[in-house]
Amino acid sequence: MNRSLRDAVLADRNALRARHSGLFAADITHRLLVTGLIALLGGFALFAFWRLEFSFSRLGSGAAQIAHIVGLMFPPTPGTKLPIFLSALAETLAIALIGTLAAAIVAFPVGFLAAKNVVPNIFAHFAVRRFLDMIRGVDVLIWALIFINVVGLGPFAGILAIAVSDFGTFGKLFSEAIETADKRPVEGIVSTGGSHLHTIRFALVPEVFPVVASQVLYYFESNTRSATIIGIVGAGGIGMHLTEQIRMLEWDKVSFIILLILVAVGAIDWVSARLRHAVIGRSSVVV
Amino acid sequence: MNGAVLHLPPAQREHALAAYRSAVAAKRVRLAMGLAILAVAIGLAGIAGEIDARKLFDNIHRLPNYLVSITPQLSWANLGGDLAEWFWNLKDWLKLLGDTLLIAYLGTLLGFFGAFALCFAASANLEKRRWVRIVSRRFLEFCRSVPEIVFALLFVVAFGLGPMPGVLALAIHTLGALGKQFAEVVENIDMKPVEGATATGASRVSAIRYAVLPQVMSNFASYTLLRFEINVRGAAVMGFVGAGGIGQDLMEAIRKFYYSDVSAILVLIIATVMIIDLVTEQLRHALLGREQRA
Repeated sequence: MNRSLRDAVLADRNALRARHSGLFAADITHRLLVTGLIALLGGFALFAFWRLEFSFSRLGSGAAQIAHIVGLMFPPTPGTKLPIFLSALAETLAIALIGTLAAAIVAFPVGFLAAKNVVPNIFAHFAVRRFLDMIRGVDVLIWALIFINVVGLGPFAGILAIAVSDFGTFGKLFSEAIETADKRPVEGIVSTGGSHLHTIRFALVPEVFPVVASQVLYYFESNTRSATIIGIVGAGGIGMHLTEQIRMLEWDKVSFIILLILVAVGAIDWVSARLRHAVIGRSSVVV
Repeated sequence: MNGAVLHLPPAQREHALAAYRSAVAAKRVRLAMGLAILAVAIGLAGIAGEIDARKLFDNIHRLPNYLVSITPQLSWANLGGDLAEWFWNLKDWLKLLGDTLLIAYLGTLLGFFGAFALCFAASANLEKRRWVRIVSRRFLEFCRSVPEIVFALLFVVAFGLGPMPGVLALAIHTLGALGKQFAEVVENIDMKPVEGATATGASRVSAIRYAVLPQVMSNFASYTLLRFEINVRGAAVMGFVGAGGIGQDLMEAIRKFYYSDVSAILVLIIATVMIIDLVTEQLRHALLGREQRA
């Protein structure tokens, strides 16, 4: 049935084309635009391949090397280092937790400063926002390197790196949460004679707290990932061992550490997603 | 004026007040319990993270000192000369920044192709075979859960130093991240055009080309631009593990205490990231605007 319809249409194609010429005419400008865009992107890619010295021979030998390495990765074993790895993992989680909390505590008041509806002064608001943007423009690994210079190698540099880089993010997110908060509770407090501080304490804080808490939890989750990698530059945690084992070409230990990281991150994701739903769920009941 | 305020009968007022107090008390108990759990967690984390309050106070003054030492000495009288001295290596740094952008570009592009190829197999409405879906989803999840810098570390061993391992590491991470987002976009399409195309006898490929792509392309492009933005930041630190770009110079400057170089490179990176953010934001708004008009 279907087939015969298709055949009939195909046989009648020229007549159809004559009757509905508008539908069959290709949109030339659109075609040209798309072709031009693809040519531009492709040309740029070719230039990048040339400039970055891509070569198929290197790709081939590297791929063979990868296959060899992956072969050596199985079965993953910690060797005699299981206690060391586990304590490094605990250190990683500690870096993430304390770094995130420190960032949140410092960023909470700054978020109010950066919110238009709390500080109406446009210059103050603009200055705080740009300052936060600048902090966010620097990757957490760069902060880690800098803090190693300041406080030396170890987890403490990692905590400071995560705290500073998250401070920028939290400041922005919190101020946005405060700006989008419902105005009516504030008006209610003002109408009963409350001061500016009263409106913040009894109208804005209860409103934004669930949002802020869920954002902090979300970033704790993402910071467990960051905390695993800042060890690569020497700022504590499991990343330090990962780099060490890769340098020593102990591939079965490398794969064990990667698995350990994946399991830990997965577990934290699961717990924090549940906590987040609990926090948001409660707030929706109150509101 | 005050006399007009209504007062509740005492019994009723007592009842309302008691209810209020018990509600507040219950809330406070819950808050206190949460805080206690948090305090225990912080205490444990403090032990595991080797937090030493005294070390913090002994060293905290070094942070402002460091910030002061990386601040270049600029004077108004000799601004041009001072700037030239601060950015003495500008030509090389700009080249490295260009390489960093190219690494991010290629990584995003290659990752886009991979994600595009896999996203239809990972979406529930276009792929009916459960096992294909599960396998492709798990693969995407693996690609995005392993941090790109870890892939870069591995690839530097396999491919040797240089930008190539950086590009491949970014590409794999991008493949995982974009693949998931693309699959979510595909799962939210209107299925009627697909049914229409299938009804006229279209193959799977032409159904995707003529019924799915027009619906998803602008979202795909928008997610890809966002990922490019993220990859520029990622590419800037690829040099830390020897995978090309400006990161290598930055790490050297930080490790060897070339203070003014640190701030010069950081200024360049921050400026680049901000410009890229602005441009991609404009492009994304243009794309989404086009979609809303359509």
